[in-house]
Amino acid sequence: MKPRTLKLRTVRALPAILLALLALAAWELAVRVFAIPEFLLPGPSAIAEVFWESRGLLLEHAIPTAGEALAGFLGAAITGLLSGVLINRSPLAERALYPWLVASQTLPVIAIAPILVTWFGYGPLPKVLVVVLFCFFPITVATVDGLRATDPDLIRLMRSFGASRRKTFFMVEAPGALPFLFGGLRLAVTYCVIGAVIGEWVGSSKGLGFLMIQDKAQFEIPRLFAEIAVLSAMGVSLFLFVALVQRLTAPWTLRER
Amino acid sequence: MPEDPIRRKLVIQYAPKLTACGVHLAKGGVRILDGVDLEVESGQFVAVIGPSGAGKSTLLSLLAGLESPDAGLVEKDGVPLVGPGAVAYMPQSDLLLPWRSVVANVSLGLEATGASKREAREKAMRALERFGLEEFARVSPWALSGGMRSRVALLRTALLGRDVLLLDEPFGALDALTRRELQEWLIGVRDELAATIVLVTHDVDEALLLADRVVVLSRRPARVALSLPVELERPRKMAVETTEEFAQLKGRLLEALGIVH
Ligand SMILES: Nc1ncnc2c1ncn2[C@@H]1O[C@H](COP(=O)(O)OP(=O)(O)OP(=O)(O)O)[C@@H](O)[C@H]1O
Ligand SMILES: [Mg+2]
Repeated sequence: MKPRTLKLRTVRALPAILLALLALAAWELAVRVFAIPEFLLPGPSAIAEVFWESRGLLLEHAIPTAGEALAGFLGAAITGLLSGVLINRSPLAERALYPWLVASQTLPVIAIAPILVTWFGYGPLPKVLVVVLFCFFPITVATVDGLRATDPDLIRLMRSFGASRRKTFFMVEAPGALPFLFGGLRLAVTYCVIGAVIGEWVGSSKGLGFLMIQDKAQFEIPRLFAEIAVLSAMGVSLFLFVALVQRLTAPWTLRER
Repeated sequence: MPEDPIRRKLVIQYAPKLTACGVHLAKGGVRILDGVDLEVESGQFVAVIGPSGAGKSTLLSLLAGLESPDAGLVEKDGVPLVGPGAVAYMPQSDLLLPWRSVVANVSLGLEATGASKREAREKAMRALERFGLEEFARVSPWALSGGMRSRVALLRTALLGRDVLLLDEPFGALDALTRRELQEWLIGVRDELAATIVLVTHDVDEALLLADRVVVLSRRPARVALSLPVELERPRKMAVETTEEFAQLKGRLLEALGIVH
């Protein structure tokens, strides 16, 4: 990245950073002035202190959560992509699958999670499945929409060359769907940490979700806040990761037209 | 195609390059082509003009084998056209792919028909060099001017190496000045293309400047209203447009279009 655009970005981010600092300061001030007890609402400094003290513990439990979120996201990307392509290629698959995929989104995943735990035990698998359930739908829809949005004139052009349907799919339809697909991936990736935590809440012996349940029971409220902070940092990192992959593999999708 | 090799050769030698014979086509209950006859000799440059919505693009996609007529016959080299892939076709919009660089866009047709990527790119690169466009090879299409986009789309079509080029208003979206530039460019590269060309345009001057014969389609449903040989000396310069002969031909075309009586 050129230094000039880097500087520009910093300037652009300045208002958001200032606002965050201001909010933190107000929060700290309010907690001190009104002498709010720590088990109700700890101030940012107290949270930071606990964060530093428990950094080892937090890291230890953040790793399985991140692993489940990432594995679930990749699983969702693969299943979403495949079902999207299938629905696009086969009208029969569309009529058979699409209604059920939409209906599946009305199922409360939170209610299914305990069943998954009963089936698959306390290991990472049920958590990964919860994440997949959360994430695959936006990816499927994005793939279907992206493939459907292909300019029919482009398909005609490929036909005029004498290209096979397979070539047309891989040279024109698939790359043309990438802007939609990345939109779906960016949306889905924001769900995957939530999915992993919900999976852990239901039944686990490690992970940040497990730690949260314990800390809540033991009134370790500042550490609960520290865990929330770690989770949201994790979510933001995953989002930036997807954005980076997009920038590296399909920079043209980011250009305004 | 006849099985007998001698007959086959005769057919190819003496049949017109491209024929449309009594072609009818309706779409969605609308009659678009109503018995269109067209014959293009090998190496000839034919321009098709007609009112907007007359069916020019429809006729071209029939000649490209993208659609088949309800009645009538479309032939190439005396053999009925069975599907797309036999001729090179350039649609009305340039349709450059934003995820491909200029050279990769030019090689699209070759890659689509089974050439290896490396071979196709090399050919595309050589074509860009031959037409003095190599400095744009690695550029993305969004960075190109309208005139440049047209040139790239034209090269993509020409690179297929087919003996018939069908061009649907290749300069239709350009400003007057750029259009002039591209017309001159096309006159310059015509011999190098060594192909039979059918060009659709709504610009009478363009048709007379470029073509050996101008075919006027009537309002929808379209028939051939006039087929006018253009015997202006070649290679033509822009200056030809100020001659008496040119004005006379133009008058006849405008009359056939129903613009002047
Ligand atoms: N599917 C369809 N159903 C009904 N009418 C159609 C359909 N497709 C095209 N048409 C009509 O056929 C006519 C011919 O279309 P075509 O694109 O061939 O015209 P054109 O001469 O190329 O026009 P232009 O100068 O605008 O490019 C138009 O009037 C169009 O409205
Ligand atoms: Mg048209």
